[in-house]
Amino acid sequence: MAEPIMSEIKKGHIHKLLSTGKRVDGRALDEYREIKIETNYIESAQGSARVRLGNTDVLVGVKMEVGKPFEDTPDRGVLTTNTELIPLASPTFEAGPPDAGAIELARVIDRGIRESEMIDLQKLCIKHGEEVWINFLDIYVLDYDGNLFDACFLGAIAALRTTMVPAKENDKGEDYPMPLRHLPIQTTVVKIENSILFDPTLDEEKVAEARLTVTTDENGDLRAMQKGLTGAFTLDEVKQVIDASLRVSKDLRNLMV
Amino acid sequence: MSGMTTDIDLIDDNGIRIDGRKADELRPLKIEAGVLKRADGSAYVEWGKNKVLAAVYGPRECHPRHMQNPAKAIVQCKYNMLSFSVSDRKRPGPDRRSIEISKIISEALEYVVFTENYPRASIDVYIEVLQANAGTRCAGLTAASVALADAGIPMKDLVPAVAIGKADGQIVLDLNKEEDNYGNADLPIAMIPRTGEVLLMQMDGHMTMEEFDQALEYGKKACQMVYDVQKDALRRRYSVQAGNGDADDEQSQNNNSEA
Repeated sequence: MAEPIMSEIKKGHIHKLLSTGKRVDGRALDEYREIKIETNYIESAQGSARVRLGNTDVLVGVKMEVGKPFEDTPDRGVLTTNTELIPLASPTFEAGPPDAGAIELARVIDRGIRESEMIDLQKLCIKHGEEVWINFLDIYVLDYDGNLFDACFLGAIAALRTTMVPAKENDKGEDYPMPLRHLPIQTTVVKIENSILFDPTLDEEKVAEARLTVTTDENGDLRAMQKGLTGAFTLDEVKQVIDASLRVSKDLRNLMV
Repeated sequence: MSGMTTDIDLIDDNGIRIDGRKADELRPLKIEAGVLKRADGSAYVEWGKNKVLAAVYGPRECHPRHMQNPAKAIVQCKYNMLSFSVSDRKRPGPDRRSIEISKIISEALEYVVFTENYPRASIDVYIEVLQANAGTRCAGLTAASVALADAGIPMKDLVPAVAIGKADGQIVLDLNKEEDNYGNADLPIAMIPRTGEVLLMQMDGHMTMEEFDQALEYGKKACQMVYDVQKDALRRRYSVQAGNGDADDEQSQNNNSEA
């Protein structure tokens, strides 16, 4: 995911504005770009959502099929999360197997959904040890302007919330909505010098020293975290980010209901 | 053709097809130009239930380097279907079908681009099928040439494409999914209406010479119609609206965000 080098003058501009608490696009430090969510976008998927976060654009689809459970979880459905950073989305994305960046992205999204127990996987068991529903959560990035973590996560939960289990076409009774238990929300910040800002644009990501992704549930409990990039956060900063995340996630959760 | 058989009538006694169309009628076609921020040029096509995005990057340095041509640019198209674009999940990544389609679309596009303007360069075209319902290669090529124009790449003309086929023994224009699955022949073509030059043509199935001639007649007329929709998309993208003098990039991006 290597982006071309950024000009010093642009870098300086971002730094200078941040030293007075401002951002290039005029947003507050904890303000998200405009979010547009279109659900049921793909008829051939069991659930789908297209999410635009500013100029970042992602498309998420859920496909379900009947398969065998893992041996250690014979009574649970299976969740497989995959992200595709297709070359349509950015001059720097290349065709081929996912690179480390794409794998980290998919694993962070997967963890947020899995650890929050958003999906009731036990209700996706058809026959103990033999047949369960396999969920393929496929995420495609269509236009890359920063903060894929949050755009993809919003797309994933929006798609799951509209997913219908295709029981009828598989001779497993009537179709029913995806069994869901929780509504997790994920937020991502980056640290640039001493500023911490939510929902970074691509330009902000390019000058960021550290990144922190926090997933919380509707009860305000922590469910998953991921620190990235080569910089560091102090413990105080981590606490501050979690507090802010809880505050910001209320607005994001409202988008879902 | 897939050779599947069915009991359903693809065409009823009045000559009406299962989606309500007449034999020489196109599915509804919508094209938007300039729908992606990062790409140098882009287009979105909704054609019946098909949803296709195309993006153009370049002219840029050619990778891999041994593909470089010292006399002209090459056009490298990658056609790809999203995993959830079809009824049974498709494994992400290229397969033999998509590699073949990518090759013939690249070749069709290379004919219209003034490649001699950009020696050693590559013009990369990405076609992503978001939702598939028969005719995606034609929808993809149609979108790709609009995206090339949107990228400002000098070209001789746009490339409209359409599939003609045979269902229940009758020649029909622009096959839908059922006609594609259970029909008797499929003939995708791309043609420049101005010159009548054919840039893409494939055929499988069974047609008599008379049927083939009729199919070409349908195809010729349909390419003209698709061409008009392509031109209209570019006109909407680049026309300056009264009272709003700047066709600013951000502005157009917002206008097109419906796609």
